[in-house]
Amino acid sequence: MTTLRDVPMGEVCQVLRVMGDGELKRRIVAMGLTRGTSVRVTNVAPLGDPLELQVRGYQLSVRKDDAARIEVTR
Amino acid sequence: MTRTIALAGNPNSGKSTLFNRLTGSRQSVGNWPGVTLERKTGHLRSNSDVEIVDLPGVYSLSAYTLEERVARDYLLDSAPDCIINIVDGTNLERNLFLTTQLLELGIPVVVAINMIDLVRNQGAMIDAVHLARNLGVPVVEISATHGTGIEELTKVVLADHAIPKPLPYSFGQEVVLGEIMRVTGVSNRWIATQLFERDEFIATRGLQPDAALEGIIATCEDALDDDAISIMAGERYAQVSQAMVGCVDTRTTRALTPSDRVDQIITNRWLALPIFAAVMFVVYYISVTTVGTLVTDYTNDVIFGDIVPNHVAVWLSDIGTADWLSRLVVEGIIGGVGAVLGFVPQLMLLFIFLAILEDSGYMARVAFIMDRAFRHFGLSGKSFIPMLIGTGCSVPGIMASRTIENERDHKLTAMTTSFIPCGAKLAVIALISGAVFQGAWWVAPSAYFVGMGAVVLSGIILKKSALFSGDPAPFVMELPPYHLPRAGAVLRSMWERSWAFIRRAGTIILLATMTIWFLANVGWQSGLHFVDDLDNSMLAAVSGSLAWIFAPLGWGTWQSTAATLSGLIAKESVVGTFGVLYGVAEVSEDGVEIWGQLAASFTVLAAYSFLLFNLLCAPCFAAIGAIRREMGNARWTAFAVAYQTVFAWTIAFIFYQIGVAIRDRVADGWTVLAVATLVGIVWLLMKKPSRSRRATIASRIGSEAAA
Repeated sequence: MTTLRDVPMGEVCQVLRVMGDGELKRRIVAMGLTRGTSVRVTNVAPLGDPLELQVRGYQLSVRKDDAARIEVTR
Repeated sequence: MTRTIALAGNPNSGKSTLFNRLTGSRQSVGNWPGVTLERKTGHLRSNSDVEIVDLPGVYSLSAYTLEERVARDYLLDSAPDCIINIVDGTNLERNLFLTTQLLELGIPVVVAINMIDLVRNQGAMIDAVHLARNLGVPVVEISATHGTGIEELTKVVLADHAIPKPLPYSFGQEVVLGEIMRVTGVSNRWIATQLFERDEFIATRGLQPDAALEGIIATCEDALDDDAISIMAGERYAQVSQAMVGCVDTRTTRALTPSDRVDQIITNRWLALPIFAAVMFVVYYISVTTVGTLVTDYTNDVIFGDIVPNHVAVWLSDIGTADWLSRLVVEGIIGGVGAVLGFVPQLMLLFIFLAILEDSGYMARVAFIMDRAFRHFGLSGKSFIPMLIGTGCSVPGIMASRTIENERDHKLTAMTTSFIPCGAKLAVIALISGAVFQGAWWVAPSAYFVGMGAVVLSGIILKKSALFSGDPAPFVMELPPYHLPRAGAVLRSMWERSWAFIRRAGTIILLATMTIWFLANVGWQSGLHFVDDLDNSMLAAVSGSLAWIFAPLGWGTWQSTAATLSGLIAKESVVGTFGVLYGVAEVSEDGVEIWGQLAASFTVLAAYSFLLFNLLCAPCFAAIGAIRREMGNARWTAFAVAYQTVFAWTIAFIFYQIGVAIRDRVADGWTVLAVATLVGIVWLLMKKPSRSRRATIASRIGSEAAA
């Protein structure tokens, strides 16, 4: 299983599913990370976490632990 | 007839700018019922019968954040006549996600596409007519910043509109929602979608999930091999794509915008931290080190320390006012007013910087860059700025916590910022260091480590308490595009925040400062009268009756207690009070004249314990006023101050009692109590949160992975 956490910087992937539930999951999907969406990992914060993503034409920041809940295909 | 219009939209969509455009200066700021979230209402400039309600900025109407809950309850319960849905034209797809929900509420909607100037600058095109047809509601192109399209928007909003026809879902989803409406008897389409998502807050509206409903949801989830929340979001984004077909010229949207190029430099792995340090240095240097302190000192020492009191004193004696009344006015009242207004110029300067950082989009990057360093003790990356400013003065530091959107992080930051030693506490540090430790180099740095340690410790412990427990705030944060800060927006934000400080913090500062002044200058032997020496004042009597509290900390004398109490006016007063008590008329800032007497009355351990307590306990009244402003109500403020004081006492107690036991190699009952308290704190640090959703989430992920 590949998650968004494993995607190297600059690569594009497609969202397969978002695991877990509650506020975090609702927020992740509301921000547009739904099945089939293309996501590009554009940057990593200087301290190594969080990640900066490009999704649906805008920039989104997600922690690595939360990115590990997003299953993707490359 | 009055009409009510709700203004809804995503954060960073330019909602407050539009609100200001529509209402001008005719707005009032209050709180949403039961929460500290700001509620802004105003009347339309051109028509005072139309009330505009500014809803909190939200990405969705699911009720998981406070902002979402407030927005959704308002829309469902107050049924405004119309919703203006402001969407960011440069980020249309994500913004229209909320629109799909608003269209289902049964309330007329007008969509305002904002930042249309930026869209055109990027060489993109939005066909508003086509989009209006696809969405089935009026669409107006505006630029809230430049004021274009506002007139047309007003005209469209004031016309009568039909209830919008919701956008269609996929065939399967329509069947599922129809079935849900049939078995539950719900007629509102949006509520049906929430039932499908198993929204637990829907239960508060008298709807209980039942087996029939659960059966429908489970069947759908099995068929699509996905969960209801994701299915629903996917369906909504499909609606958005459908609505955008033929409306947006996508040829140019892949290109790098100027903002992207700026971001590549600013959040670059190697450059981000140096740039961050440089930005913070400039903010600190100007608002604390140089200009800020100069203007504060000038207003405090010259305007309210010299010019105003002297003129008033002369005037009062000219008109023959009694001496005691003159003293009350000049020292008590003017001193209190000065304590409030003295901070205002520095605050205004700081607020300008904060507004520039926020408006330009850099503040979101601050959170991005510092998140990793702060999250472990339950604070936001944005907590960095309050702490940094707090090393200069706690008042602007606490006020800077305003930029943190998450309410828990905001409160926690406002509560812990004053642990960081401020400029005034340096005087106390210098006094103790010089008098007892011969000016040893390590005393001052140790104070900063104690402050930082207190922040970390409190963050970890408080996050686990029932008050701050619940869902961990998701850090799924939009990094908005950069743009040049606009003077109007910056000045407006600066003015709103400064005024809020004067209004909300001013009262408490004024009253408290006057009370302590009164206690210190009035005695009650043979009736109330002014006293010239502190020994006969009510403050001495009060201190004498409170001194026992500090006995376990090693300094239970009335003099130390009086000094600590006067620290509530301003922390540097601690030094001055010792001076007065030891009979030295004028003490310099570090109190060098009284070092000898102080050393004679304090043991080394007691002196450091005194320092610990004074560093961590309730801050000065001005800072308490600022906490009051940020906490929103008196109960939270009282809790914050009580927590700080109890925390300070506990730390000083543990330090002193264990220190004494080690020094004398004797343990007594106090030692046992101190060790037990220490163990208690360690236990609080280690124990699992009282009721953590994170644990539930983790276990569900675990079970999903196992399955």
